[in-house]
Amino acid sequence: MRPLTLALAATLFAAPALAQNDCAAGLTLDEGKLTIATGNPAYSPWVMNDAPESGEGFEAAVAYAVAAEMGFSNDQVVWVRSSFDEAIQPGAKNFDFNLQQYSITPERDEIVDFSTPYYEAAMAVLTRKTLVDGGAEASLESLRGLIWGADANTTAVPMLAEVIAPEKDPLLYGDNADVVEAMKANQIDAALFDLPTALYLSAVVLDDGVILGQFPADRSESPDAFGLLFEEGNPLKACVDTALASLKENGSLAAIEAEWLSESTGVPVID
Amino acid sequence: MQRPVLTRRQAYEARVRRRATLVAGGSTLGVLAALLILVPLAPGWPAVKKSFFNTQVFADTFPGLLNAFLLDVAIFAWSAPLIFALGLLVALARDVRAPAAYPLRLFAILYTDIFRGVPVILVIYLVGFGIPGLGLPRPWNSPYIWGTVALVLTYAAYVSEVFRTGIEGIHQSQRAAAASLGLSNSDAMRFVILPQAIRKVVPANMNLFIALQKDVALLSFIGPVEIFRQAGVYKSLMANFTPYVGAALIFLAITIPATRYADYLMSKQLKARS
Repeated sequence: MRPLTLALAATLFAAPALAQNDCAAGLTLDEGKLTIATGNPAYSPWVMNDAPESGEGFEAAVAYAVAAEMGFSNDQVVWVRSSFDEAIQPGAKNFDFNLQQYSITPERDEIVDFSTPYYEAAMAVLTRKTLVDGGAEASLESLRGLIWGADANTTAVPMLAEVIAPEKDPLLYGDNADVVEAMKANQIDAALFDLPTALYLSAVVLDDGVILGQFPADRSESPDAFGLLFEEGNPLKACVDTALASLKENGSLAAIEAEWLSESTGVPVID
Repeated sequence: MQRPVLTRRQAYEARVRRRATLVAGGSTLGVLAALLILVPLAPGWPAVKKSFFNTQVFADTFPGLLNAFLLDVAIFAWSAPLIFALGLLVALARDVRAPAAYPLRLFAILYTDIFRGVPVILVIYLVGFGIPGLGLPRPWNSPYIWGTVALVLTYAAYVSEVFRTGIEGIHQSQRAAAASLGLSNSDAMRFVILPQAIRKVVPANMNLFIALQKDVALLSFIGPVEIFRQAGVYKSLMANFTPYVGAALIFLAITIPATRYADYLMSKQLKARS
């Protein structure tokens, strides 16, 4: 066991016993530091209030749990910000790993490396109360007639085309905030997000937001699984995968998920 | 056909020209060869090649990009005449000389100052999301309509300034001459000044319209899936920047001939004037 002071630093949740684990030695960008990247801005409920240092929010908590499992104390964790494009550009990276809801796909895996999944996301349909009052319902047939929007950088785009196949071409945006803005301007009827994001947007951002239904993670042939992103060939991956595996085994990951993403039950499933 | 006999001077000049061509060709080839050999020697080249010049990704995405480019062409086609008309109107408003019409002139000055001073993308965001947000019914809240309005507002400000330089470049004596012939102010503008002014600024306007062709892509920020957004979707799904290279090539295929044509017009004008 590490000294008590070190264990106390992990105050966010019932801290797992800190493993005597030096598999990361010499493999991080800066010795003795773990540099983690997230989005700019980072959205709730993944990172609360755009402040990953607080450890609040699912991904922020997962990051600190993984770090602790790898033997890093909380103040050895350094946060940086990156866009999607920075994460996949060739060349040296300014982070050890990057987490901002990266869906693992075979094509992406050719350019960068992913850890084992830390979350499997259902996709959810976000719409507004006026649409529901107007007769929109959680059936594919009803969904097909809507005008759709999505964040262009997400796997929601191929899913829209393959599963829903809307009659009109969807409108695509650069980030979540723009999709919501278009919804407020009544330019789109509905948008496809991962379920936690959709729940957050409907509860906090949109005044009259409604989650019409969800496509469970195991529904599609390639479920949307989020992974930590590494530079291609980064040897740290093995160490992080081990840490994730033990977090899954001892139930810590499930506990973090329950703490930050618990409300996702009770959303109707779309057939 | 008989070959014309060259004088010694002509033969000498032909020889000089031939040598100049050979040297220019040789040095161009040399530079190209150096680039083609040296760049792949860079340590990061295999990664860059995989991310930016991936032939498989290029082949998979190019048809989709071409298809999305049609939307760019369409937006350009309906924006350009509107920009021309509004630009001309604003330029004329700035030239109004009647004291009572001063507010018109003031408005034109304010308009060009504001829309030339604000980045296009901000205008597109503010107009494209802001005005539909007021609660316009469909289809009047369409991002295509308000995105076009934003482009027209911005580019008409630039074009009006070009027209203004054209109008002010026509010598004052021509107005005086027109007045002495009994033409009213507006007739002098219509029949004497404008025909010359517009012709004079064709190359400058061509440059602006080439810039417009590229800026049409900014409409993607408020929803329309044109070539830039389509390339972004491919980029994000495949984690590969090659679709952007494909999009750049498509843009170049349009803008390079247009630029050369503008150059040609400009040199023709220079010759006519000298």
